[in-house]
Amino acid sequence: MSSVGNANAGIGRAAGQLHRLLTEVWRLQPLYVSLYAILLSFVVGGVLISIIGVNPFTAYWALLRGMVGGGEEIAGSVARSVPFIGSALALAFAFRAGLFNIGAEGQLLAGGITAAYVGALSWMSDLPGIVAIPLILIAGTMGGAIWGGIPGVLRAKTGAHEVISTIMLNSLVLFGVRWMVNSRDPVVLRDTDSTVPRTDPISDTAVLPELVDSQPSLHVGIFALVGICFVVAFVLNRTTFGFEVGTVGLNPHASHYAGINVNRVIVASMAVSGAFAGLAAASEISGTNGFFQPGTFFLMGFDGIAIALLARTNPVAIIAAALLWGSMLSGAPLMQQEADVSIDVVRIIQAMVLLFVAADAIVRYLFRVRELDQSPFKATSIEGAV
Amino acid sequence: MAQAGNSTARPVLEIEGITKTFPGVVANDNVSLTLNQGEIHCLLGENGAGKSTLMNMVFGLYRPDSGIIRVRGKEVHFEDSGEAIAQGIGMVHQHFQLIPVFTVAENIVLGNEITRGAFLDLDTARRQIDALAERYGLAVDPDATVGDLSVGEQQRVELVKALFRDADILILDEPTAVLTPGEVDDFFEVVKSLTQQGKSIIFITHKLREVLAVADRITVLRAGQVVGTTTAEGATQQSLANLMVGRDVVFRVDKAEPDPGESLIRVQGLRAQDDRGVETVSGFDVEVRAGEIFGIAGVEGNGQRELVETICGMRPATGGRIEMLGKDATGWSPRKINELGVAHIPENRSKHGVVAQYSIADNLVLNRYHHRKFARRGVRNGAAINGEAIALVEQFDVRTPGVDVAIDTLSGGNQQKVIVARELTGDLQVLVVAQPTRGLDVGSIEFIHRKIIELRDRGVAVLLVSAELDEILSLSDRIGVLYRGRLAGTVDADDATREELGLLMATGTTGEHS
Amino acid sequence: MTTVENAAGIAGTSGGARLDRQSVSGLVFGLLGVALIVGVAPAISSSNRRFNFEPPPDPAGIGFDPPTWVIAIGVLFLLTAALGFAPPAARQWASPARLLSALAVIPLVLVLSLALSDNPSTNIVNLFNESLVLATPLALGSMTGLWCERSGIINIGIEGTMLAGAGIGYMTYATIGDAQSTAWLWFSILISVLAGGLVAALLAVLSIRFGVNQIVGGVVINLFALGLTGFLRSEVIVKSGITTGVGTSEFGLPLLSKIPVIGDQLFRGQPIYWLMYVVVIGTWVVMYRTPWGLRVRSCGENPHAAETLGVNVVRIRYQSVILGGLIAGLAGAWFSMESQARFEDNMTNAAGFIALAALIFGKWTPWGAFGGALLFGFSRALGTRLQFLGVEVSGFEIPSEFLQALPFVVTLVVVAGAVGRSIPPAASGQPFHRSR
Repeated sequence: MSSVGNANAGIGRAAGQLHRLLTEVWRLQPLYVSLYAILLSFVVGGVLISIIGVNPFTAYWALLRGMVGGGEEIAGSVARSVPFIGSALALAFAFRAGLFNIGAEGQLLAGGITAAYVGALSWMSDLPGIVAIPLILIAGTMGGAIWGGIPGVLRAKTGAHEVISTIMLNSLVLFGVRWMVNSRDPVVLRDTDSTVPRTDPISDTAVLPELVDSQPSLHVGIFALVGICFVVAFVLNRTTFGFEVGTVGLNPHASHYAGINVNRVIVASMAVSGAFAGLAAASEISGTNGFFQPGTFFLMGFDGIAIALLARTNPVAIIAAALLWGSMLSGAPLMQQEADVSIDVVRIIQAMVLLFVAADAIVRYLFRVRELDQSPFKATSIEGAV
Repeated sequence: MAQAGNSTARPVLEIEGITKTFPGVVANDNVSLTLNQGEIHCLLGENGAGKSTLMNMVFGLYRPDSGIIRVRGKEVHFEDSGEAIAQGIGMVHQHFQLIPVFTVAENIVLGNEITRGAFLDLDTARRQIDALAERYGLAVDPDATVGDLSVGEQQRVELVKALFRDADILILDEPTAVLTPGEVDDFFEVVKSLTQQGKSIIFITHKLREVLAVADRITVLRAGQVVGTTTAEGATQQSLANLMVGRDVVFRVDKAEPDPGESLIRVQGLRAQDDRGVETVSGFDVEVRAGEIFGIAGVEGNGQRELVETICGMRPATGGRIEMLGKDATGWSPRKINELGVAHIPENRSKHGVVAQYSIADNLVLNRYHHRKFARRGVRNGAAINGEAIALVEQFDVRTPGVDVAIDTLSGGNQQKVIVARELTGDLQVLVVAQPTRGLDVGSIEFIHRKIIELRDRGVAVLLVSAELDEILSLSDRIGVLYRGRLAGTVDADDATREELGLLMATGTTGEHS
Repeated sequence: MTTVENAAGIAGTSGGARLDRQSVSGLVFGLLGVALIVGVAPAISSSNRRFNFEPPPDPAGIGFDPPTWVIAIGVLFLLTAALGFAPPAARQWASPARLLSALAVIPLVLVLSLALSDNPSTNIVNLFNESLVLATPLALGSMTGLWCERSGIINIGIEGTMLAGAGIGYMTYATIGDAQSTAWLWFSILISVLAGGLVAALLAVLSIRFGVNQIVGGVVINLFALGLTGFLRSEVIVKSGITTGVGTSEFGLPLLSKIPVIGDQLFRGQPIYWLMYVVVIGTWVVMYRTPWGLRVRSCGENPHAAETLGVNVVRIRYQSVILGGLIAGLAGAWFSMESQARFEDNMTNAAGFIALAALIFGKWTPWGAFGGALLFGFSRALGTRLQFLGVEVSGFEIPSEFLQALPFVVTLVVVAGAVGRSIPPAASGQPFHRSR
């Protein structure tokens, strides 16, 4: 056991240095627990891989090379991660307002279909890219914002809890887009030339320029999403609107008493939250897919929950967490190819990461970490929930 | 069982050297106390003196760090309250432990269910409850839903709950807080009749008058320690107060004659609903002038909360008119009312008054964060906020290591000072204040009372709502009684008597007209 | 203490600003009634249609004239609307009338569909039976939610719990019974049930022992189950080569299945389907008629009060959540060993979330939740039936997605409180910390 202890101590030192870098240089939230959670999850995943008779190091080595084994792999991993920034940001922003936006999944669909519709409009090809690209991104953002705003309005006006209404809205939009994309009679948005159900391809002018021809390709959308993270960090920490959002999130009663328009903050937060998901979807439609398919964003909203938690709702830390998430998914096929380990192992590891981050008491107990910061996800009761 | 009456002291409950610490606080420090068969033993102490903590240990909810509890001579170590109940201990908590959606019968049997086969037998339970109710004179309807009952009725349910479990040691935690002076007298009769039937009672309170009216013996607790045990005959209010606080206590607040000016609050026919949509303010009228304190007395639950929240814009008025500083402020938002010069010290400190996780500085600007002084074009000015906070902490004597610590690390009294500091800063002309000293120690109470009188002397119109009749009597210039959402009567503070106010609180009339 | 207040309550918009619920629903029914009588009835063909009670050939049934029925239902709606505005004396009839009108929507939909279809007849007994069968996992899932939430734990991990039950159960069946043997089938169903219990135990430990936000706990369960079952499918089931097999077989209830015409259709079914009724009735009996049920409900309403009466809140919550998990495991077995005898990735396909909707729709009561599950089952069965019938409204074929989406809209409306507010157990979602 002592070697494990030493390893822990070593990791602890490394983590300590990283911690100092993150907190003092970058002024980020302490990330100890997240780092340990990732480590622990890989250990559990390794055990699982050994059970099916594969050397976990072989598998992980393949996974690692799939993630960052070369320039193209790195670009692919980054590209895969970009939309997760948006879905995680959607969760994080709502969390700050005390709202649990389970609906990023649906907001991605709403944003995606809107972007695909606008991008495929016939007059789009007459516009220059400098107009068409912002237009498609704004369209997607608006689609997400509206679909996110609905549960906000319901919450504010009727008290309907956003967890329930977003779950319902997820199903509704899924049925909606399926119908729009599948139906041949009448044709709604289906590309009738295609054998698989998808929308018409968007106009060439609305395609985000590619940076690296990787798989998937890395495109300019990354700048939009990374930039947004810094903007959100500034808004939350330094502005009066951010103060209102945070106050409503921590104590809506006191906010109301202090003269903050709680309903307006709730609606605005949900709409902004949905907008981030919509932007992520639009950037994918425009830069990666070129058309809309209902299955494209499957689980991306739920992954956003995990990423937002991993980053402890810190918008800048979300960039790193999303990179980890996306690159694992991007690297998994090589692991399957070389080590014959199902890519679902990555899914299990990711679920474990979320588990250990959420149940940080387990991690603190195992690694003897002090209570460093207040986890925003604990000790809160979900008032009137479900 | 025993027919004790005035039996020679036979202890049924002995507490010896109990110590209990919570992180950072010694709640009980080597506390000892003996309860004799058939006596009413008052446990007296300020808020936070450790009375409830001690009794929660006797009832098995907390475990002592050290010390011994003996029930009828036998040492006990309770793992949970089920074991305490099995030993014949019953407790009526200050905050009723009832389930509003359950019926009275379901509430009473919960945890000690009567069964027929594998199934609940509520019929038998009903009969037993009726029998108990008759025997002790505690009328309750087993089939009523608890949420529909008045506080007085709920208290009876709590008592029947304990008696249903054959409790012969009863712990009553601040049982009179929710009752009118008249109801308190009736309640004392019930308590005395219980002792005549062999029950022994620990009566927790911080009200000296009640202690002298009901107690056989008195134990005074201060800062977690027993500072004296005495009998009711040997004590006076003054002696008990000094013992409780640890220094001489002045009962009367000194204040100058009022010099009322123009009327700043004028409320006419106000109507409002509670969270369940039930109208609790039904045609309320009041007028408060500059430079006077208008106190609103009344039993809690007569619409106080809704009244205050509606006046301050937090709750929509369903009828009537609110005029502030001569302007029709009906339907205004809390912010708009606040910016008119109306400050509001809320009843519920942790729910409305502060954001627990925020720093003292952020809490001090909670309603002014957007002012030009603290933010420019939507971007906050941290330095200005800190500077303001440091000044206010100094001025209002908030005991804190710094302005950037989270406010929930402070004591209740210091948190309340932060709220008072925030609300009394700026150009205010009207102060609406609800239960300003609830749960505070005597020092903080005196500080806040002084501040309120200072404001009144500066010409601020003060509307004071309090459940503590003593607070109303000592601060107010005029007193109104709130009864079922209406102003039942207004009296000059100088002419007010407890009896008259008590009658108004209980019946809504002074009796002369009915 | 444990009052549930919502944002609307805080900001006070719920009070006077909103229209009276009675008059809103009265208005809606009134408009619908007028539309049916004036607009719809004359527009649909009055050719004779038939509801059959048994499959062809020569089925028993009743013929009807669609416009007459539409007008009859329209009149019912108008009466309901009138009662909404009636003097107080007649108002006691308003509420039953609304219920009756709400129920009348089902025959209305059937009559309209058939009137607009090319086919003159359809078997409605069979449609009813399909609805019940499709409601099986939803009803079971909503009982899972009921047990959890009534004890104070929100469970949005029902979906994952079902999926784990489905996957692990079928994996057992495939590996040790080659997906063929009846005895191993029953053993595997038991394994499904236990797997569900185990997954729920994880949720219980997370939310009770570690105080994790319960919604986050549920999301963990869902992601974890998806990964785990995907992993097991590709590593065990696919590699074993037994991707499909024999599921549970139908049997008829004694006596009842001998009833002429309907008996054979309604009272023949597969075992998990029958167990669903046992679970629903059992849930109702245990929750409302036993001491343990009383304690469970007390933990969901005011755990601190329960604690002062010696109720072990922590233990009760563990027990209820795990019981719920066992039920969800059974629902999982329905997917992989009764409805089909195979396992696919994400096989439960949001049934767990629909179950949650059914629970809310049913206002956290066993029969209400069962009714909600039935509504979702009916809309799914009808969706399939309509595609088969080819229902067209002025040349526009009604897509099955619309019908399937309808119950979600209804639930959303219910959650928003437009049709009688659904109030959750007061302490649901609140972590409980034992006094020390």
